[in-house]
Amino acid sequence: MARIVAGIACSHVPAIGVAMDKGMTHTEYWQPLFKGYQPAREWLAKLAPDVAIVVYNDHASAFSLQIIPTFLIGVANEFPIADEGFGPRPVPVVVGHPELAWHLTESLILDEFDMTIANEMPVDHGLTVPLSITCGRPDAWPFPVIPLCVNVVQYPPPTGARCFKLGAAIKRAVESFEADLRVVIYGTGGMSHQLQGERAGLINRQFDCAFLDGMTKDPLALTKITHSEYMREAGSEGVEMVMWHVMRGALDDDAAEIYRHYHVPASNTAAGLMILENGSAR
Amino acid sequence: MTEARDYDSIPGTYVYDARRGRIGYALNMFCMSLNNPTNRARFKANESEYLSGFALTPEQRRSVLERDWLGMLKVGGNIYYTIKIAFCDGLTFQDVAGKMSGVSKEVYAKMMLEGGRSPEGNRYKDTEGQHHG
Repeated sequence: MARIVAGIACSHVPAIGVAMDKGMTHTEYWQPLFKGYQPAREWLAKLAPDVAIVVYNDHASAFSLQIIPTFLIGVANEFPIADEGFGPRPVPVVVGHPELAWHLTESLILDEFDMTIANEMPVDHGLTVPLSITCGRPDAWPFPVIPLCVNVVQYPPPTGARCFKLGAAIKRAVESFEADLRVVIYGTGGMSHQLQGERAGLINRQFDCAFLDGMTKDPLALTKITHSEYMREAGSEGVEMVMWHVMRGALDDDAAEIYRHYHVPASNTAAGLMILENGSAR
Repeated sequence: MTEARDYDSIPGTYVYDARRGRIGYALNMFCMSLNNPTNRARFKANESEYLSGFALTPEQRRSVLERDWLGMLKVGGNIYYTIKIAFCDGLTFQDVAGKMSGVSKEVYAKMMLEGGRSPEGNRYKDTEGQHHG
């Protein structure tokens, strides 16, 4: 039986990818952020999962406003790196896991989550920056990846509660897969940030820290945060944090926090990283 | 779907909801076209001519040509899309954020280094006023 062994919550700030791609991680500006990523890299290398499910949002890369899937799963053999307007990031192509991805697709839809299915899809910084943060700059990513996109670009995104329930359905789906795979799931985006309007630059450390605490203390309470509250308290783009609930919903109730890192600023954003382990990983 | 929303009370914020989706489609699809390097070159070579290929309103067209970043949001621009114009210009998210909030790049960068814009005084339009640093 396959099982989810751990969850990784991780911001996906594009400037973090640029800093890595241009070799700027040791500068005064970036060094404090990257120093905090090192323990997570060591942990992940030791865990050596067989596959990762990465929950992220596309940023007008694979999808325009022409068609906006609320929840989408990628089932391809591989996913090319998107040109987001300044050329593709110089990172390895993302290799998929079609067998597990198709199993998840069938299981989720029959479990009443009506997934959109992508057979061809480029992936953008929303997916590749969390991989870079946690894996560094390898010649090939150390594990296959199943992309799972959540719309947060066109209001309204799915609610936090719905995202958590999708996570629970992913857990059921993984556990009904025959092969003995150890799976990690990433919930990406956030934390507090606002990229637009006169209020651009909003950061709410207090909100973010309470959110990080809530991931283990009372994750269900966090799922009740409304979109308006995210936007008011954590900035208009802070609503990306709904994607963390997919990850949390896929873990055991008693998943334990084993690492966190929080740093302001990464460009316009409060960058957060948290590792949660299920008992099965220990 | 046109009634007031509770998030309308957030100052300096342009949520891309149904109301903006109904007016912003062509503007944002123009921005989307800039994901293609050939289109980026064509846009840079002759912006006005390139924009003629999209059904923009005169005000949308003006806001793009003048790089009125805040103006674009007011006529249906979505920041995840309009930022592609900035990438085409060699600007960063932080450059554009400074321009939208009406301060220099240096002042904006300093605000971020000092922990960002505080939510205090920036939660509601009516009772607290707008966008204090």
